[in-house]
Amino acid sequence: MTRWREALGRNETLVALVILAFVVAATLSDPRFFSIPTMMDLARASIVLGILAVGVMVVLVSGGIDVSFTAIAAFAMYCTTLLLVTYMPDLPWYGAFAVSMAIGATLGAINGILIAGFGLPTLIVTLGTLAIFRGFLLTFVGSRLISNIPSEMRDFSRMMIVRGTNADGSFYSLPWAFAFLVGVVIVTWVILYKTMLGRAIFAIGGSVESARRVGIAVRRTQFFVYVYVGALAGLAGIIHASMARVANPFDLVGLELSVIAAVVLGGARLIGGYGTLTGTLLGVALIVLVRNSLVVLGIPATWQMVVIGVLILIGTGLPAWQAKRAASRAA
Amino acid sequence: MSADGEPLVELTGITKTYAGIHALSDVGLTIRPGEAVSLAGENGSGKSTLIKVLSGVEQPDRGTIRIDGETHPHMSPRQAAAAGIMVIFQDFSLFPNLSVAENIAVSAELASGARVYNAARAHGTARRALARVGAELDLQARVETLSVAHKQLVAICRALAADARLIIMDEPTTALTEREVRTLLGIIRRLKADGVAVLFVSHKLAEVLEVCEHVVVLRNGRKVADGPAAEFDAASLSRHMTGRDIAQTSPAPLDEAAPLLLEVEGLTKQGAFEDVSFSLRAGEVLGVSGLLGSGRTSLAKALFGLVRPEAGLIRLRGQVIPAGDPIAAAASGIGYVPEDRLTEGLFLTQSILHNVAIGRTEAHTRLGVLAGHSAWAEAMDWLRRLSVKVPDPQAPVRSLSGGNQQRVVLARWLARTPSLLVLNGPSVGVDVGSKAEIHGIIADLAARGLGVIVISDDLPELLATCHRILVMVDGRVVDDIAAAAISEAELAHRLAS
Repeated sequence: MTRWREALGRNETLVALVILAFVVAATLSDPRFFSIPTMMDLARASIVLGILAVGVMVVLVSGGIDVSFTAIAAFAMYCTTLLLVTYMPDLPWYGAFAVSMAIGATLGAINGILIAGFGLPTLIVTLGTLAIFRGFLLTFVGSRLISNIPSEMRDFSRMMIVRGTNADGSFYSLPWAFAFLVGVVIVTWVILYKTMLGRAIFAIGGSVESARRVGIAVRRTQFFVYVYVGALAGLAGIIHASMARVANPFDLVGLELSVIAAVVLGGARLIGGYGTLTGTLLGVALIVLVRNSLVVLGIPATWQMVVIGVLILIGTGLPAWQAKRAASRAA
Repeated sequence: MSADGEPLVELTGITKTYAGIHALSDVGLTIRPGEAVSLAGENGSGKSTLIKVLSGVEQPDRGTIRIDGETHPHMSPRQAAAAGIMVIFQDFSLFPNLSVAENIAVSAELASGARVYNAARAHGTARRALARVGAELDLQARVETLSVAHKQLVAICRALAADARLIIMDEPTTALTEREVRTLLGIIRRLKADGVAVLFVSHKLAEVLEVCEHVVVLRNGRKVADGPAAEFDAASLSRHMTGRDIAQTSPAPLDEAAPLLLEVEGLTKQGAFEDVSFSLRAGEVLGVSGLLGSGRTSLAKALFGLVRPEAGLIRLRGQVIPAGDPIAAAASGIGYVPEDRLTEGLFLTQSILHNVAIGRTEAHTRLGVLAGHSAWAEAMDWLRRLSVKVPDPQAPVRSLSGGNQQRVVLARWLARTPSLLVLNGPSVGVDVGSKAEIHGIIADLAARGLGVIVISDDLPELLATCHRILVMVDGRVVDDIAAAAISEAELAHRLAS
């Protein structure tokens, strides 16, 4: 009984129920919605958002916040593409991915040094680096979009896990890029739950002071977190460019609030220490559904923002309100 | 009884100065395996400095630290931990978001240098530690859901899991109810039998005397008493700690003709308290006592409108006070001093003066502008009347000792000239000397015709300050006793019934 109530009070359950309701409503209004092509479209749309969200979740769990990851993603993606086009057009796609992740990790390390090394507040640091990375990219690297991306990157985006044709003749496919989201989730799960490093990330999110006292290397852990987020941003950026088949330096930036919204919807708390991968993925799924499929329900696209806002207020407000009521009853 | 066995820890001639001030001068301390020692002293007596020296956080200027007969000229925190010296801080240093098992196992896991986290191993560590203290806890439960007593248990188990040989407990009983203190003492006995030494650091020690072999009292950085626990009692302890006699007072008798001030009728809040009725006359001090969870705190909050009762009436001088409205309660002359002054009572980073004046800003506002001078002058006046020792009234209030902080909260309310003060745990975390002075203030206020309600589980405090005591059990008032007619033991018995 209490277990049930506990499960109902959790964000994961709530978000899953909303997703279910959304899918049912969309299917009722257009039976074609519930089909393999739609699901694959949605899966495809969650790849970049999902990888970014996993990174953000790790930062939130550690008790910090990062808003610069979209700028890192754009920077890494654009620099890598430019590098490839100019100097090594034949580098295989995995080489390009490694370069982009390395650039992302380096930029993440700058955040890490400022936050872990100098002990500066995470929101302020990443707000600053968001502007700096983006400004530096547009001023010194380039602001023109690169449409002739290297053939290796284009080939990568053509690699499909499944492809087929529907009864009505429409094509559907799921690119291998999706496997990267799966991989990121698995690697992050292993780090968070199976290594002392991961437990340290949870611990410092729970209480930095306690972590210091029991002898956790707080700074090293924080530094890792920002490097990891940077690397994931680099990966998300290059996947984005490959799939869009164009490297647009103006892309991605502006997405940070949607990503943070997805993570918070999934139950991660801004005060740190709490967050699950399941919740994060559900949050991403919900945001993607709203962004891509609201139109099916006959709701104008401009309403997306309102719907996402309402979902955040209900999705995170309801459990918080329940917890508050339970606490006041116990007092 | 403590003479046998080689000492585990031997401190001799420890001296530590900060900016020319002797925090410790020539202090010695010996702790043997399986021995429990009380380290008593008021705030500022040097207790915390001694803990820091023992745990390697601070290096003494002079003196030697010997552990297992081996001298450590420069002991680091790591060396202290390796020698099995563990400190349990007042806040327990736990991770609220992690499970009981992980909180217990974390130190041992880190010490083992493992990179991979093995949940099964952590569970095994936690289970063994819990077995050593003979307690059971849900290993999967998140620590944030535990009671204070259980959190303390987790902290003790963590120290045990990391092979503690000396556990230093900083103010272990402050947040515990009487019954939980008994459980803690039971655990300490098991630890001693297990060969683990315990150092209690506290200024509220009467209750731990029975498990201690040895008592050491510090005052102004010097050791002023050191001897077998049997030679000390509550009175002699506080004499050593304060350097003066603190008489056990009882309140002045109440004037028979005192008018009725407060009437509470059938106050009910589901799950907190039920059908609570009582009255209070002007100049009367009423105690409300009960174990944690008996509803005493909710009742206190309800009187000040912080908790909205579902039924019942609160009348002050015949006027009904609107329920669940703290602003209306304050306006009609009720003051409330919360139990946790740090989070509920004070603006810690703001100045002492501002903390007092904040309650009176409206009265000193002309045309929407705060008349600073009169507000500050009034605040200063109240600080003086309550003899708050303020070196600098502009200093942040958190720089004050517990006793002085409590007086700042009191000063804020008294500046509003209330007719009823609700004091929730007036001397929690306050040292013996200040405590007696706060009791003096309560008596003084009552003599001037204020009604005072003291909510506390500190029985000597209730007996020393109150005319009458209400006993709450499971949300109901089960007893309404004249304080003069009951002994501490009898009161403790009724609370637990």
